[in-house]
Amino acid sequence: MIPISEYVLEMNHISKQYGDNQVLSDVSLKVRPGEIHALLGENGAGKSTLMNILFGMPVITETGGFQGEVLIDGQEVHIKSPHQAIEHGIGMVHQEFMLIPGFSVTENIKLNREISKPNLVSRLLGHDLEVLDSATMEQDARQALDKIGIAISEAEKIRNLPVGYMQFVEIAREIDKSGIKLLVFDEPTAVLTESEADILIGVMQALADEGIGIIFITHRLAEVMKATQGVTVLRDGKLAAHRETSQTTLSELAALMVGRGGADQIDDNSRDFPEDAPRAMVIRDLYVDMPGEAVRGLNLSVFEGEILGIGGLAGQGKIGIPNGIMGIYPAEGHVELFGEPLPLNDSRGSLKRGLAMVSEDRRGVGLLLDQSIEDNIVFSAMQVNGDFLGAAPFRLKNAREIRQTADQMMKELDVRATSPLQPVGTLSGGNQQKVCIARALALKPRFLFVSEPTRGIDIGAKKLVIDTLLKLNRELNLTIVMVSSELLELKSICDRIAIVTEGKVSAILKPSDSNENFGLAMSGIAVEGGN
Amino acid sequence: MTELNRPNINIGKHLKEYVVTYVFLILSVIFIIVSGRPMNDILFQIMSRLVRNLFIVLSLIIPIITGMGINFAITIGAMAAQVGMLLAINWSLTGIAGILVSALITVPLASAFGFLIGSLLNKMKGQETIGSLILGYFANGAYQLLFLFVFGMIIPLSEKVTIVGATGVRNTLDLTINKLQGAIDGVLRIHFSTALYIVSGIILVGAIILFVTKRMSSRRFYTLGGLTVLFLIIYHLPFVQPSFANVHVPVVTFVLVGLLCLFNAGIMKTRLGQQFRAVGQSRTVANSAGINVNRVRLIAIMLSTVLAGWGQIIFIQNLGTLQTYSAHEMVGLYAGAAILVGGASINRATNGQAIIGCLLFHTLFVVAQDAGTVMFGNPVVGEYFRVFLCYGVIAVALVMHTWRSHTAKKKMSALQA
Repeated sequence: MIPISEYVLEMNHISKQYGDNQVLSDVSLKVRPGEIHALLGENGAGKSTLMNILFGMPVITETGGFQGEVLIDGQEVHIKSPHQAIEHGIGMVHQEFMLIPGFSVTENIKLNREISKPNLVSRLLGHDLEVLDSATMEQDARQALDKIGIAISEAEKIRNLPVGYMQFVEIAREIDKSGIKLLVFDEPTAVLTESEADILIGVMQALADEGIGIIFITHRLAEVMKATQGVTVLRDGKLAAHRETSQTTLSELAALMVGRGGADQIDDNSRDFPEDAPRAMVIRDLYVDMPGEAVRGLNLSVFEGEILGIGGLAGQGKIGIPNGIMGIYPAEGHVELFGEPLPLNDSRGSLKRGLAMVSEDRRGVGLLLDQSIEDNIVFSAMQVNGDFLGAAPFRLKNAREIRQTADQMMKELDVRATSPLQPVGTLSGGNQQKVCIARALALKPRFLFVSEPTRGIDIGAKKLVIDTLLKLNRELNLTIVMVSSELLELKSICDRIAIVTEGKVSAILKPSDSNENFGLAMSGIAVEGGN
Repeated sequence: MTELNRPNINIGKHLKEYVVTYVFLILSVIFIIVSGRPMNDILFQIMSRLVRNLFIVLSLIIPIITGMGINFAITIGAMAAQVGMLLAINWSLTGIAGILVSALITVPLASAFGFLIGSLLNKMKGQETIGSLILGYFANGAYQLLFLFVFGMIIPLSEKVTIVGATGVRNTLDLTINKLQGAIDGVLRIHFSTALYIVSGIILVGAIILFVTKRMSSRRFYTLGGLTVLFLIIYHLPFVQPSFANVHVPVVTFVLVGLLCLFNAGIMKTRLGQQFRAVGQSRTVANSAGINVNRVRLIAIMLSTVLAGWGQIIFIQNLGTLQTYSAHEMVGLYAGAAILVGGASINRATNGQAIIGCLLFHTLFVVAQDAGTVMFGNPVVGEYFRVFLCYGVIAVALVMHTWRSHTAKKKMSALQA
């Protein structure tokens, strides 16, 4: 029969809800010792929640825990804090480096696990006052680095290391902890160059050969095929599939990951534009320095009058595109708007040239929450174009004109409110989003960026917002670029969908293209576009 | 902590980092020349100001390294020390005994206040500098209530320290009566030249021993030895030595200052010190490594508050009078300005920076009035200039910190690489 410890980790029938929101239901994950096991899923599929449960993060324990059982080496464990997780031999290599730039490699590897010698004072006042034993610490660090075969000096400061090497310091820190059984790699290859990623996978294999179980969270399917033995795919908080890597294919995994609903279930509103149709916007070699959403050398053209969708996983740079072009985050590159060059890093200039944006950060950037609906609607137009103002020299607000516009907009966009004087902070998410759109429209734009328009609003309101965008496009011939994490949403109204991975466009697809193609494009594998 | 001793110093970067220090150095030289004051008088003044202030300035280092900025709330530590001194005077304790009792009373009081300050600052991470500044002002009100009303009315005090015929503590307490004046300084005073020879001797012998036992690099040995010999030679130049004629060194005070320097450097080599540094550089990373960030920050502030209290005792015994209601007022500002002048920033500081800063800041203080008189015919202009410099240097440091952390952010080129 199966020995008790066939699996180093078993997570069985895990369910978790945050309030009414079911984020995981009946998910299982099993990892053998010495196995590299991939954990796949789109954003919001539940990967991070599952890992938070494994590490006993406060975000789980403080929200009522979870259902299901966690077994380590066949023994049921109850992990209540990250500290306990470490004691059980579970380590994590973070996506965001948990390293201190001003510390040496040794100091980082040994952070809060310093080796120290007792002295007179420390015997009196506790071991916090023990003096560090740098020599032994450096030896340990050297050993850990040698084990993964990385030839960096243990005395070097982290800030002097190339980005790719920081990952290895993180790994060295984890394996320096004694009794490590299971290592979680959270998107470790996302910031690495191809050759660095190869080295990393080599290191992972070497660790696995020593019997350490590895959970490899990634979106690069090619790496999954190359390095892993087993794959668990999550989708919408449910277990989509469990596969042995040898018995699956790249395309199957891609389809499993994106999965939900066939292409036939959505109304395809897409239209074809000829290759030589006039361009509303041409983006060449765009770089945007938006933290967590950097754009790195992106090229893209938008036809006049089309709705272009921009999709892709979080952190790949899709949100950086509108924010960079609108001058909200520093950008470099060449952008042409209706044939004229658009100066970058100049929000006011962008707005004046007929660009408008509905921001993904509705409450932070999009709205003045304490102000009334009508003030919000006309605010940008008043500031940028000087509309809604009375005669010179005083140029007071023209209350009548403002009220007329607000009433009209609220009627057209169906904003549900008691009056145009209601503060927007008191509106529901969906209605706030409509006010954002109204505000962008008050600028009388020729080109509209809409970023994550349905984030955080309920299903009914989502449909209204999407329908509104479609109507604006069809009736006013407004060119719209819509950035969204919801593929289904993009498919329902876009003419073309550009998928952004690692700051570049990896593919431009038609809404009718298969899930498999979308999945592959999101993992950065080039696919033949629909047109 | 010894960033300065790194072998590959980039001169341009160095100048940029220490621009404030060099400006102060140049200003000091100009002012000394303009003021026309005799050199031996200036040096005498500078020495007595160093004795008074060094300890307090050094107490700022630990919170800076812990990433809490300049702890202007050391003012509150000073208040605790003044409570201690008041009680010592009230109990008619004299000399060293009085000082020791004041220092002992300071410890629980300043620790408790430090705990409260730290708890509050933990709730306003990122704004510690301004928070501690305002806390100092706030505490001043509580202090006045205590000294004007609670002492005398609720806690009985002897007539030696209260206002006769009213409640509250006297405006000025004379320390000469209890022989508290110079109780630390007066234990042993030696002439500057003697002190110089002794210190040079210790450095040279120590360096040779460390060098022979191969615990010091030859480069460092030659720099240190060369500098020491150079100082000795400069001191013996005919126009230098007479300037120091009046300068005496209070040995015990300087030993205390030296011990604090050793403490500041030594604690950084312990687990706790590693935690200070880790928390100072990244709270997120420190937290993920299992360090209790709030606890570490609390300890840093408590240490700083107690040390500042002891510093205030040194300050007051040197002055000889306790201005009950104003002695603590400028403690935080002057100490903060001094350490910034030395090239510290609100997230990096060393003993050396504190000492150099204290020296330059107080040199300018000593000569500014006379320079003002000579240049503008009005001593008040010099006084204005002094105040302007004090606040100016703090403002510059805060602005430069924001500016630096802004430019240090990931550059566009890093993305394109």
